[in-house]
Amino acid sequence: MSRLTNDNILKTGLLITTSISALCVVLIFLFLFFSSLPILKEFQINDFIFGESWHPSENEFYILPMIVGSLYIMTLAMLISVPLGILTAIHNQFYSPKWFNSSFSRIVEILSGIPSVIYGFWGLVVIVPLLAQFQAPGTSLLAGAIVLTFIITPTIVLVANNAFKEVNPLYIQNAIALGLSRTNIIKNIILPQAKNNLITGIVLQSGRAIGETLAVLMVCGNVVQIPGNLFEPVRTLTSNIALEMAYAMDTHRSALFLSGMVLMVIVLLLIILTEHFSPLKTKS
Amino acid sequence: MIPLPTNNNVSDKLLKVASWLGSLLILFFFIALITDVIVHGISRIDIDFFLNSPENAGRLGGIAPMLLSTMLLLVLCLIFALPIGIGSAIYLAEYTNSHHWFVKLIRKSLNVLASVPSIVMGLFGYAFFVITLDFGFSILSGALTLSVMVLPLLIRNIEDSLRNISKEFRHNAFALGLSKTTTIFKVLLPMATQGIILATILSIARAMAETAALLYTSGYVTRMPESVFDSGRSLSVHIFDLSMNVPGGEPSAYASTLTLILLLLSINIITQYLSHIFLNRASSL
Repeated sequence: MSRLTNDNILKTGLLITTSISALCVVLIFLFLFFSSLPILKEFQINDFIFGESWHPSENEFYILPMIVGSLYIMTLAMLISVPLGILTAIHNQFYSPKWFNSSFSRIVEILSGIPSVIYGFWGLVVIVPLLAQFQAPGTSLLAGAIVLTFIITPTIVLVANNAFKEVNPLYIQNAIALGLSRTNIIKNIILPQAKNNLITGIVLQSGRAIGETLAVLMVCGNVVQIPGNLFEPVRTLTSNIALEMAYAMDTHRSALFLSGMVLMVIVLLLIILTEHFSPLKTKS
Repeated sequence: MIPLPTNNNVSDKLLKVASWLGSLLILFFFIALITDVIVHGISRIDIDFFLNSPENAGRLGGIAPMLLSTMLLLVLCLIFALPIGIGSAIYLAEYTNSHHWFVKLIRKSLNVLASVPSIVMGLFGYAFFVITLDFGFSILSGALTLSVMVLPLLIRNIEDSLRNISKEFRHNAFALGLSKTTTIFKVLLPMATQGIILATILSIARAMAETAALLYTSGYVTRMPESVFDSGRSLSVHIFDLSMNVPGGEPSAYASTLTLILLLLSINIITQYLSHIFLNRASSL
């Protein structure tokens, strides 16, 4: 009898821990929602999208430029890091000699583990002065995109490597037996087969890109505006929260929680997108 | 990967050159980053740098309080996250089948949790731990926020290592009349120890790299923390503060960066070494 109760106690305990893990997300949404309620009561969506400026002290909450800034920087960074990452993974899998590969994959692993604040710092002391030589002040949309590329690319390489490894070897063997050329196999067999895994990984990384905060804050100049060109400073949603949380009060603070909510909605949309692409894997 | 046949038509050569360029670009970036950090960081680093408190907003002095804060944050974070993480992983791997709606729901919520941007995690930590639970800006609040953050990573890795244990062990234990509790504690958990250790190390690396979630939870006081209810500045927050808010803080920022990279590098090497050992042991079984 006692054994049976032991089992039951354990099962209940484990169920509790599991519920705690699952509840974290619910708590996050609840806190974001209730903390952004005050501003939602006072202001209309119009004020956020068609406002004039971001001056929380004067009750001006024009969030749109920061949403646009976040999207710009993310898109630019993905435009560079996705082709670069996939090309590098193709090299690792199909072209690279063994001696190069073993040390190179370690390097990519190390790069993917370096904290983003370090990339931000390095961007600030090396990349920004470099860009400033072309066009002052250097802290700009482009600097943010470059630093974000540093952060994202190593992980894209890892993701693409895994996607290529998961391609059914039978297809590749058959293609070789049919006498297809290397480029042909890569283009017509491997890339299409790895497509779903690639897209899932890339979309998840764009979620990471849009959520990146301090590294982007450090190099972007943080002027609230819709940037006219690559060399203009820009402020992202995330940087705005990090910059203003320290002194924000009342509605202002509520506006920052609302920005957090907007970020979560974007991330949720991206996750839904990945579920659309993820292949239904059945684990044996 | 199966080696593909080599043939030297034009498109193959093009792809070869382009993909080499991609790899070399990343290699070049790595070398540039590491040499730059070493060259600028090494001169400030000596034994005093690790033992002294910062002076003049960090321009002079050392990083001892940050090292202590970082360590306290990591230890506390694991104290909170490990029991919940291991418990959830056991429940998901041993008590449920993956098609049940409850399990699907939990998995979805863990997926979302894994993608929460760190600044949003910081907002949550601030609203919940700092304000609602009234822990204030403290190492405790920071560690709790970090533990929520590493939870999905922990659960996924530990669950995987439990699932990788062959079904036979469970059947044999059952045939021997062992209770489920005994099976879990005497058979499955010991077998999954390696996976749990690796998952823990991964979480430490993840937590050590975190900055944004800590700004408004554990704060950025440079004093030596006297208890976990004190505010404490982690090494990563120190780098951020030095480079953004302290004119002339660059040399110290470089030195702190080098320290953090070395710490993470040693974690990486330990992980490699351990997985190597575990792999050898598994193949010799």
